[in-house]
Amino acid sequence: MQCDPWFHFGSLSAGGENHSHEELRMLKTLRWKAILYGAIAVFAILLLVPSVTSQLPPWWSKILPSEKVHLGLDLQGGMYLLLTVEGEKAVESYIEQIKNNLRDELKDQGIPVGKLEREKDRIVLEFSGAKEKVDNLLGTRFTMLRELSSSGEGGIWKVQMLLDSKEIDTVKRRAIDQALEIIRNRIDQFGVSEPEITLQGTDQILVQLPGIRDPQRAINLIGQTALLEFKLVDEEGNIEEALKGNIPPGDVILYEKSVDRQTGAVRKIPLLLKERTLMTGEFIKDARVALDSQFHEPYVAMEFTDVGARLFEQITAANVKKRLAIILDNNVYSAPVIQERIAGGRAQITGRFTTDQAKDLAVVLRSGALPAPVKILEQRTVGPSLGQDSIHKGIISVLLSGIVVAIFMVVYYQYSGLIADSALILNVILTMAVLALFRATLTLPGIAGLVLTIGMAVDSNILINERIKEELRIGKTIRMAIDQGYHRAFTAIFDSHVAALISGVILYQFGTGPVKGFAVTLCIGLLANLFTAVFVTRVIYDFITLKFAIKRLSI
Amino acid sequence: MELIRPGTHYDFIGMKKITLWVSTLAILVTIGSVLYHGGLRNGVDFAGGAVIQVKFSKPVDISEVRSALEISGSKEAVVQNFGGENEFLIRVEKSSEDIEVIAKGIQTALQERFREKTPDIQSVQVVGPMVGRDLKQKAAWAVILSLLGIMIYIALRFHKFSYGLGGVISLFHDIAVTYGAISVLNLEYNLSLMAVILTIIGFSINDTIVIFDRVRENIKKMKKTDLVTVFNESINECLGRTILTTGTVMISVLILFFFAGQVLREFTIALIVGIVTGTYSTVYIASPVVLFWEEHITNKRKIR
Repeated sequence: MQCDPWFHFGSLSAGGENHSHEELRMLKTLRWKAILYGAIAVFAILLLVPSVTSQLPPWWSKILPSEKVHLGLDLQGGMYLLLTVEGEKAVESYIEQIKNNLRDELKDQGIPVGKLEREKDRIVLEFSGAKEKVDNLLGTRFTMLRELSSSGEGGIWKVQMLLDSKEIDTVKRRAIDQALEIIRNRIDQFGVSEPEITLQGTDQILVQLPGIRDPQRAINLIGQTALLEFKLVDEEGNIEEALKGNIPPGDVILYEKSVDRQTGAVRKIPLLLKERTLMTGEFIKDARVALDSQFHEPYVAMEFTDVGARLFEQITAANVKKRLAIILDNNVYSAPVIQERIAGGRAQITGRFTTDQAKDLAVVLRSGALPAPVKILEQRTVGPSLGQDSIHKGIISVLLSGIVVAIFMVVYYQYSGLIADSALILNVILTMAVLALFRATLTLPGIAGLVLTIGMAVDSNILINERIKEELRIGKTIRMAIDQGYHRAFTAIFDSHVAALISGVILYQFGTGPVKGFAVTLCIGLLANLFTAVFVTRVIYDFITLKFAIKRLSI
Repeated sequence: MELIRPGTHYDFIGMKKITLWVSTLAILVTIGSVLYHGGLRNGVDFAGGAVIQVKFSKPVDISEVRSALEISGSKEAVVQNFGGENEFLIRVEKSSEDIEVIAKGIQTALQERFREKTPDIQSVQVVGPMVGRDLKQKAAWAVILSLLGIMIYIALRFHKFSYGLGGVISLFHDIAVTYGAISVLNLEYNLSLMAVILTIIGFSINDTIVIFDRVRENIKKMKKTDLVTVFNESINECLGRTILTTGTVMISVLILFFFAGQVLREFTIALIVGIVTGTYSTVYIASPVVLFWEEHITNKRKIR
């Protein structure tokens, strides 16, 4: 293999006692290097100040970044939640909506409909009469539907329809976007400092809530679909018959939870309801907690938007003396009789809530219903006390091992060990500063990456120092030995760092979560180490050997 | 100060007849242990399930916790003492869709049953069945790709395919032996042990490249010497450095082992094994592979 042009260090002639022209020129460039490296070190330290103290002077943020090193939830405590939105459910409810619209349209056009039902993701329609009229309607108003099959027998047509696949994708994507927005909204109102709510992949939402006190409450708040519906009670239908399985067409059975005030016993009362939803929670303008004057129990008072108020007025006017059920996520909360038309757009949900429950319900109603139910794929909660305990022990032992290694380097390499130690410290400072600057998060696997880079940094210094010793042993002058030592050690350091860097970049690119956390600190640490272990220490050696006439190198 | 006097001439490569058996045995033990245990003991991170760590303000008997969970209907839950007397780890190793509901039920049961002993839920981990498998597969792919990247880089930089191959085979060896130790000690394979594997890959490849670099340099100097001697000389020349580096890293890890507490215990055990095998494999796996390849494959091609 030929001498590698990548790593050519200017070779030095043996230095004499007096500074030659050559040496004066070198001192000058050295001074510039020292100033540059010093400036980088000072800047890195300044970047870390916000992470160490929270009391920054007001002028700080104007001229300097005030980003902190973000600790992962495994280190500082908090909740990590990975959710998925059940996109199929969003598609199903969208198809349901189309079906209802289709029913209205067919009615308007006077087409006699025998059957119109949704079977999972398809719509099945049976009608008699002119097929062209229906085709025309489907072709103009329902272009999102694809006809799967149609058959006519004895003047009765049976048509099966599917939703267009592009439309399905759009609905799913919209569902996840909406869910993200709504969850963000709920958490903002719940009040958590520095929450992170991000999209992961195409159908997952990652929620990270640092330092949260009551994780279960947060999960309920985030995970609740909060679909509010108003449906009429079917007064004619027979609930006993329906429970046996003979549900009248167009009806559903839902349950109301009833708590006995004296005994506290919970009963579930079945109710037969008209399937058709008259109104949903999308018209809610505001929802607040209020106190019931009779029992001093909290309830949630809702206020509708203008459109919603008008709709509610129409519904109540058309159904006086009938029972209107208020349903949240398929649970009936109450089903009062409509005494008269209700104007003004107000309604309330009662149901023996605690204050917190009522507060959270108001939050979810204000921020709106999720377009589809969400499912929790992964939950990791670290209590604030545990996080603190493990980080405390971890930091102390990492510091301890750092100190032991630093002392060992000084004992073994004397003054040269001190130079190596300063490079190690600068390496850690630089790595942390870059983490702060890029708002990267330090996690437990990230610390493993940091430990590996520190190990490699120690190795770099040992490699260099052992090489310098070898050169001194064969009788080279101090300046020559340093020059050759660095030159020879550099290829090994460079290749091992680049190989590790390549694996770090690949791990970052293809890995997830913890693997990424490891890769980030590894890559930053390796780059910092190439700078500190090779270039910074070299400047220190050169400066000392050029400035002072050293007889014996302390190594 | 000098730990190792320079000018040693140990015949490291000559020991390969013995070490080959050592490595073969280690890998056989690994395979045997993994087969015997039916795979690694995957933690909740990878297998799916729930782990809840709870601390009571007053001492609680473990049987009380068990019966409380049984009454609440969480029969699959395994309770074990953790850390202090009133600290427990409750795990449900069940990979099902409703694991979140089960975890919630356990927490509610604890809160209700031990109200007067103020149970403090210190940590909860619930991993759905899909997530764990997904995480493991993606991590495995990332590792395989990064090994490939390392192999190509070394082959290019050393102008010889055998060096890349030797480096990566020694990495495979280290990964296998570390997994073997995890399996034999029946440690729980979780995220932090995966981080150990990544760390070991980095450490081992660093060690290998340092020796290869010395060989690359010595080949130019000792043009007439045979490759085995060049490798032996290079390893000997680097002996001081290898002992110093491995020694300092080992000291740091031992400090972590003794002082960092329960959380990092398994992490450090695996790391110790990995450091030893990472250093060993440079001399006894990576180098023999290069020598074998150069002797039997490259040379044969030349003769023909």
